[in-house]
Amino acid sequence: MNTATEILSGHVDCAGRDPALLLRMFRKMLDAREFEEQLYYLFLTTAMPGTMHQAVGQEAVAVGVVSALNADDTITSTHRGHAHCVAKDVPLNDMMAEMFAKREGSCRGMGGSMHLTDFEKGMLGAFAIVGAGIPIATGAALSARVRGSGQVAVSFFGDGAVNEGIFHEALNMASLWKLPAIYIIENNQYALSMTVAESSALPDLAARASAYNMPGLRVDGNDALAVYDAARNAVERARKGEGPTLIEALTYRIRGHARFEAAGYRPAEEVEAWKAADPIERFAAGMLAQGVASDDELNQIRADAEKAVEEAIAYAESCTDAGADDYLAYITAET
Amino acid sequence: MREIGLAAAIREGMAQEMRADPSVIVLGEDVGKFGGAFHVTHDMLDEFGPDRVWDTPISEAGFTGLGIGAALTGLRPIVEYQYLDFIYCAMDQVVNQAAKIHLMSGGRASVPLVLRGPQGATGRGAQHSQSVEGYFMHTPGMKVVAPATPYDAKGLIISAIRDDNPVLFIEHKLLYGAASPGGGKALSDSAIQAIGMDVPEAPYAIPLGVADVKRQGEDVTIIATLLMLHRALAVAEELAAGGISVEVLDPRTLAPLDVETIAASIAKTNRAVVVSEDVSRAGVAAELVATINDHCFYDLEAPVQRVAAANTPIPFAPASERQVIPQVDDIRAAVLRALSD
Repeated sequence: MNTATEILSGHVDCAGRDPALLLRMFRKMLDAREFEEQLYYLFLTTAMPGTMHQAVGQEAVAVGVVSALNADDTITSTHRGHAHCVAKDVPLNDMMAEMFAKREGSCRGMGGSMHLTDFEKGMLGAFAIVGAGIPIATGAALSARVRGSGQVAVSFFGDGAVNEGIFHEALNMASLWKLPAIYIIENNQYALSMTVAESSALPDLAARASAYNMPGLRVDGNDALAVYDAARNAVERARKGEGPTLIEALTYRIRGHARFEAAGYRPAEEVEAWKAADPIERFAAGMLAQGVASDDELNQIRADAEKAVEEAIAYAESCTDAGADDYLAYITAET
Repeated sequence: MREIGLAAAIREGMAQEMRADPSVIVLGEDVGKFGGAFHVTHDMLDEFGPDRVWDTPISEAGFTGLGIGAALTGLRPIVEYQYLDFIYCAMDQVVNQAAKIHLMSGGRASVPLVLRGPQGATGRGAQHSQSVEGYFMHTPGMKVVAPATPYDAKGLIISAIRDDNPVLFIEHKLLYGAASPGGGKALSDSAIQAIGMDVPEAPYAIPLGVADVKRQGEDVTIIATLLMLHRALAVAEELAAGGISVEVLDPRTLAPLDVETIAASIAKTNRAVVVSEDVSRAGVAAELVATINDHCFYDLEAPVQRVAAANTPIPFAPASERQVIPQVDDIRAAVLRALSD
């Protein structure tokens, strides 16, 4: 890849890969996609309060990275965090119940779409102030070092976040102390309306790594296996005590910035071209080409994902609304 | 009984908790080999090593965020700011992240994090002299602790470390005391009382949110923290000679605030003066006045008097600094106003 705007295509090369891993990754991407597609309809019908930010088209980044982690490794996410949660095995039921502001939700109805959290799954939080999760993941990496746990911490953030000062502060410390951290720039080309070229004096975002004396690489973010391979190398480095890695994954935000934002600032042909480079379809084509699964089998997995999300919606609808005074229990922790 | 200063008391409390609990670490600028700009972490690097005492780059937002991430994953970090003025560089991490995570996660996550450092007007100009507690007293999810004596400081730092919430622990530069290890400034304000310097060596905890009546009185209650507590005590002593009996109450914790003890005192004296080194406008003293009016209105025989810093950045010129920070004279005048109605 030479430029951030180059649109990537072609099927994902599945040769020599563990079929179980491939099938799991495919299912996870479908779960994330279906979860957000159904959310969109729920918002249209006004069944759901609040707002949300879709990662449709970016699923390969979340699933590729998290597939390279252990269950007890930790991640931080952003306002656009549903796919990270799905990848990290946060139960769909808990996520959907949170979207409906139910007591059974992953944050008891107190967090909502932008703050999904599940400590049991190593999901340390979705932080909706751009860049804010970067030092927090770095602190989790420092903690892993102090506790000698062998865990790795990953921070997901967008191309907009690299222009926040906190990116600089956190990456400098992580590299200085060789912390087991991995930084994933989900370069989806736009920070709301602003392109990378309009926001960053150096549009090659991976190159910023050199300022922190850490490896920086750019990968095809719509190729889940390319992301997975890059993440695996970074995880191995981190666990060996060799320090952090910065990975810029090139992808595209198929939808607008938030709920109903129409994204009229983007050329239609650009959007269509990226839709044709859909990470899930490229992955399916790769599995078919390699004979990992038949069309029928892939369609069955699609149907399973749809069913799982339908069940999550039914579950969420059956849950209890968070009450007016519920927040009182959560302002400060009882020590 | 030995007598130690505030810096030494805080250091002793931190070190004892670090010995007892391997999850307690310290992060901050020059806290390691230099021992802290005010010597509060003196020798800690030698005792606990670099995995427990982290000398950070000048990155307040960054190392605050690291503290939060570490707190979320099993540690109890103590983050030192060289001057509390610098915590404003980390406002997003403190106010938007640390203070909100418990609620945002529906109580599934907690942030056992101590943020501590020195503040107060000491001739250093506008960016090394201000009082910051108002911003954080305003922030739901935060606890704010402001000890005025070495005894309180040790017991409160131990409670702050053991607390499962983000706690801002405020230290006044003028109270650090001559007994701080490695030197330190002498008590340099004539009003500073040598009180609470008998500090037991064994660890002890003073619960957060519990005020302490530092001097019993009948005619009027002064509520003050930090350096202002000492000036209030000086006024009380002076007025006692004239037959005026002043009660002096130190909230010790501004959030949560011990309203019960404050109300009990005012129920007795029926008059109140609040004193704070924070600026007057929308400041700590304003909040205390409003709280007293909410809870004690029908016990009051006079309007509550507010004594606080002028609404200005702290000027460097010593005469100007003295003018904007509440002095003994200002407190005495307010007490006499409260008594005159």
